[in-house]
Amino acid sequence: MKTTYREALREAIRDAMRRDDRVFLMGEDVGSYGGCYAVSLGLLEEFGPERVRDTPLSESAFVGAGIGAALNGMRPIVEIMTVNFSLLALDQILNNAATLLHMSGGQFAVPVVIRMTTGAGRQLAAQHSHSLEGWYAHIPGLRVLAPATLEDARGMVWPALCDPDPVLIFEHNGLYNLAGELADDAGPVDITRAAVRRPGRDVTLITYGGSLTKTLAAADDLAAGGIEAEVVDLRTLRPLDSDTVLECVRKTHRAVVVDEGWRSGGLSAEIAARIGEEALYDLDAPVRRVCSAEVPIPYARHLEEAALPQTASIAAAAREVVRGG
Amino acid sequence: MKEELELLRQMVRIRRFEERCAELYSSAQIRGFLHLYVGEEAVATGVLSELDPQDSVVSTYRDHGHALARGVPMDAVMAEMFGKVTGCSRGRGGSMHLFDASHRLFGGNAIVGGGLPIAAGLALGHLMRGEPRVVACFFGEGAAAEGEFHEVLNLSALWRLPVLFCCENNQYAMGTAFAKEHAAADLALRAGSYGLAAWSVDGMDVLAVKESARRAAEEIRAGGGPCLLELRTYRFRAHSMYDPERYRDKEEVAHWRDLDPIDRLRNAMRPEFTDDDLAALEAEVAAEIDLAVATAEAADVEPVADLTRFVTSEVTP
Ligand SMILES: Cc1ncc(C[n+]2csc(CCOP(=O)(O)OP(=O)(O)O)c2C)c(N)n1
Ligand SMILES: [Mg+2]
Repeated sequence: MKTTYREALREAIRDAMRRDDRVFLMGEDVGSYGGCYAVSLGLLEEFGPERVRDTPLSESAFVGAGIGAALNGMRPIVEIMTVNFSLLALDQILNNAATLLHMSGGQFAVPVVIRMTTGAGRQLAAQHSHSLEGWYAHIPGLRVLAPATLEDARGMVWPALCDPDPVLIFEHNGLYNLAGELADDAGPVDITRAAVRRPGRDVTLITYGGSLTKTLAAADDLAAGGIEAEVVDLRTLRPLDSDTVLECVRKTHRAVVVDEGWRSGGLSAEIAARIGEEALYDLDAPVRRVCSAEVPIPYARHLEEAALPQTASIAAAAREVVRGG
Repeated sequence: MKEELELLRQMVRIRRFEERCAELYSSAQIRGFLHLYVGEEAVATGVLSELDPQDSVVSTYRDHGHALARGVPMDAVMAEMFGKVTGCSRGRGGSMHLFDASHRLFGGNAIVGGGLPIAAGLALGHLMRGEPRVVACFFGEGAAAEGEFHEVLNLSALWRLPVLFCCENNQYAMGTAFAKEHAAADLALRAGSYGLAAWSVDGMDVLAVKESARRAAEEIRAGGGPCLLELRTYRFRAHSMYDPERYRDKEEVAHWRDLDPIDRLRNAMRPEFTDDDLAALEAEVAAEIDLAVATAEAADVEPVADLTRFVTSEVTP
């Protein structure tokens, strides 16, 4: 069937709501507006305002309420318009969702699912463009997912709801219109493993989310020049599937990490460190990183483009590690 | 009459400027989000006409009207929309982030409610230095649901901070109608419960807005503590440029369009202010906009080599 990332997410939410009446969706403008990225369009009509709940502009309150409802037997899907606004709810996510199970000595699990948009690329400037999923991946107690394909958009919501612990799902804003074929019987997917999206022998390009498309394009460019790049899509940012990453790096002996987050203290640093810790002697070249420039993302198009990882910069980094730059 | 003319000119400038921006958005010369203030011009115009240059202003992402009424030159605003280095934020901010230190405009803020704490702090600065200043802080009624609204109102009342809170109640927060956002309907009453002087104003009547702002600013300057004005208004157009407007009906929009603040003032200025006078004013504004567009088109963009400037200050400690 032909579909889009947006529709696949919608179908995943619809399917979950049909399967389990404890599941409900809440967030700003998810109801009559249809969601700020139109993911939930039509769900209000199908499930009614009890289960598709428009919230006031109160991120801390409704994310916290999602946590409370999860504690009390419900299975909420909370939508935050973008990761930038999730900072108003960061306290609830970190100090409650991620810690209650541990602080209560194992008594209170929090099966909440929190979805949000992330990423840059639409000239929305510094308060609407950041990629903070790496911050969340820092937090023990959370599972952090980054669907980058139609299969994952369709398949991650249900297993996230089945997880007894809090799961955050990051949807890159550039992916919603991604269109393609999805199997008619597409359903839940494994949310514990990274995936090799393209096999290759010369270098491993490790990425996730909105950077996957650019990285695959870079791999095509590299292939034209005789370099066979392997592309790993992390899919799950916490807990990280180090095994898959290390297996690939041991095979290609070279690695480039591509992350739209900032470099310093970011997810790319974690991955590079794990490769260094576990596979240093398998490497033929130092690990390279292609990340966003360490600036708040600017509005002007040429500056925004320069601030973000691009196909050309990814390919250039890969050539450097392969040819010894 | 002279005062009215100034108010009219300002509202027409804002209206026509934004209409041109909408066209430039369609032709992709302006990108990102573009939140128009069409219908709400009386609010910025009336309030800011009562501020002094030494006062301070905090805005939202719907900030073109605030910037223009504050006196930020139109070509600097237009250049910002174009992402040019001559823009008031050097092209880094765009439509949602108009800044101008020389006009004490501390920014359009794209986090709903994000400007309120900053306004409190600006006011604290004025207060601690003993200056009789006012900080005008604009935000929507949607922002009144955010925790920051409640925290800041309490803090400001407690410390008697010189903030003029201007709640632009345009009835909707994106697609969410007031009644779906707030259990209690009266925002002025709510603000009053925190210990502020607060009242509601017809935000479609620029003279009423101006008069309320004058009274409030006077009290604030005299050390009376913060005030909140609930300015009842309406945005005639979509929330931003992408908005199918499924959440409100055409009759409602038409009803409010009949209350157009520009027509209202223009009608009050009859018969002294003639149709010829209006045509002359419109021509003057059109020329200003044409020039701003031409200047913005011709302006340079910031060199990519400067991308990482202004992340931290350029003076070393
Ligand atoms: C903290 C936060 N949450 C959500 C948004 C997305 N958003 C931008 S404007 C807006 C509506 C705000 O409504 P209101 O405060 O009434 O101002 P208006 O747009 O009507 O002027 C929303 C939900 C945001 N920018 N910041
Ligand atoms: Mg509003």
